[in-house]
Amino acid sequence: MLELKHVTKTFNKGTVNEKVALDDISLTLEDGDFVTVIGGNGAGKSTMLNMISGVYPVDRGQIVLDGNDITHLSEPKRARYLGRVFQDPMLGTAADMQIEENLALAARRGQRRGLSWNVTREERELFRERLASLGLGLEDRMGDKVGLLSGGQRQALTLLMATIKQPDVLLLDEHTAALDPKTAKLVLGITERIVGDAHLTTLMVTHNMHDAIRLGNRLIMMDTGRIIYDVRGEEKARLTVPELLQKFEEASGGELDNDRMLLG
Amino acid sequence: MLLALQGAVSQGILWGVMTLGVYITFKLLDIADMSVDGTLALGGCVCAVAVTGGMDPKLALLLALLAGAAAGGVTGILHAAFDIPSILAGILTMISLWSINLHIMGKSNVPLLAHPTIFSQFAAATGLSQTMATTVIGLVIAVVLVALLYWFFGTEIGAALRATGNNEHMVRALGVDTRMTKLLALMISNGLAGFAGGLVCQSQKYADIGMGTGTIVIGLAAIVIGEVLGQLTPGKLRSFGSRLVAAVVGTVIYFLIRAIVLQMGMDANDMKLLSAIIVAVALSIPVLVGRARTRALWSKGGEV
Ligand SMILES: Nc1ncnc2c1ncn2[C@@H]1O[C@H](COP(=O)(O)OP(=O)(O)OP(=O)(O)O)[C@@H](O)[C@H]1O
Ligand SMILES: [Mg+2]
Repeated sequence: MLELKHVTKTFNKGTVNEKVALDDISLTLEDGDFVTVIGGNGAGKSTMLNMISGVYPVDRGQIVLDGNDITHLSEPKRARYLGRVFQDPMLGTAADMQIEENLALAARRGQRRGLSWNVTREERELFRERLASLGLGLEDRMGDKVGLLSGGQRQALTLLMATIKQPDVLLLDEHTAALDPKTAKLVLGITERIVGDAHLTTLMVTHNMHDAIRLGNRLIMMDTGRIIYDVRGEEKARLTVPELLQKFEEASGGELDNDRMLLG
Repeated sequence: MLLALQGAVSQGILWGVMTLGVYITFKLLDIADMSVDGTLALGGCVCAVAVTGGMDPKLALLLALLAGAAAGGVTGILHAAFDIPSILAGILTMISLWSINLHIMGKSNVPLLAHPTIFSQFAAATGLSQTMATTVIGLVIAVVLVALLYWFFGTEIGAALRATGNNEHMVRALGVDTRMTKLLALMISNGLAGFAGGLVCQSQKYADIGMGTGTIVIGLAAIVIGEVLGQLTPGKLRSFGSRLVAAVVGTVIYFLIRAIVLQMGMDANDMKLLSAIIVAVALSIPVLVGRARTRALWSKGGEV
């Protein structure tokens, strides 16, 4: 269970560029919750994920994971609990290293690293199996440098890396936004399968309203650093895109403004 | 002339140890670490003082390595813990080491005189000439170091270190404190520079306060030469081990070129200028080639 309690974050406090990115956010994710997150540009979606993963310190509030207060843990210390995939396919993998080396680095997420071999023989079998399950033919290219892969392949690999050691929470920040529609669909399919198979507790930011409704068991909508709409279960499943836009206007008093937003 | 070339080969191998260190910071972490100028001299000074004080020359080398690693740790802390830009952190360490090295030696030059060195001991035991003994020991050390580094960078910690230079963002997301990996890299790199300083000191039989000046440029030039050679070989030296070997071979070639231009009458003091030009040209060429390609790809548009 992941709990955000009154989490607040202001960037550039006390300067003309002061920006309240998160305004007293409270949110509880039950184990196995798959929550989609939507909202306009600058609503604070990425900041919320960055707070959970410890990229920036929290100004106020608490982050509690399975009863442990992780508010003050450094980013690398928190990594043992979290799997993360970013919007930019370049950010999730090391381009000059082989596919299997990348996977091996990820398989030791949050563990003490020592002087044993980075890639072991038993692991290689596991990697081959998991890569094969992606259906991209990467299992035959384990020795290739990741820099040779396409954006979609890299994103699928990052997804595998984020989950090869089961995370307590999976954080996906518009991880298909940089991909062409066909590849985005493929990576999203892989996401559904991985999350579903392991019942991963997941927060997925998406710019695609249709996906936000279709995937997961809960949807939250953010605006100016606040959660303005939170819907789950049957009610969420019955939502339509026009209804969702309507809800946004009601709750925020303005139109949903996101330059990447896809309605269909 | 032949003698000069032989000497250049043996010097090149010893300096190649330093190049291996520079390779780690420059190629793996993308840091041009100026501390090596100071740490190479530090290794030489520590070694000279230890040997003239009666210490076993092998132990003195170990001491030089540790001193270099400690000084590299200072650069690492300045850079990783206090966020000082790497180039400035290196300069600060390099400058302070100038004073520290003078304190260690108490004067600007310490000759080893008749004290034994690992090279003189080996020459005496085998009957080889001093230059041959230096070459043989240098080769053995270089081979062992390349093997050690090859092993290390295949381990969990070593792979995390390589990944840090590649994508810090990812490495932190995977639970590695990148400040620690950078610190470690700078310590290993400068440890190698200090070790090289000790070796050079024992082979030339003195340590001098100025012996490290321009080390970083020699290291970079050697790496560049090694890479050019790599491009000329059929396998293009893609594997990590072969690139380490290329770094050492590049250093040997650097010293051969140096010996040749000196024989041709160039002033020894101009060598630093020549090295800097080699590095500047080598680093500019890929940029120029890239721009030329972009321009060649440009078309007026209209038809595709
Ligand atoms: N590191 C930072 N420094 C200063 N301001 C920041 C920083 N990160 C985010 N912000 C600001 O905080 C606000 C929230 O940004 P955030 O990236 O969380 O939005 P988002 O909901 O992810 O938007 P988008 O849809 O554009 O990705 C924005 O106004 C942004 O400019
Ligand atoms: Mg964002």
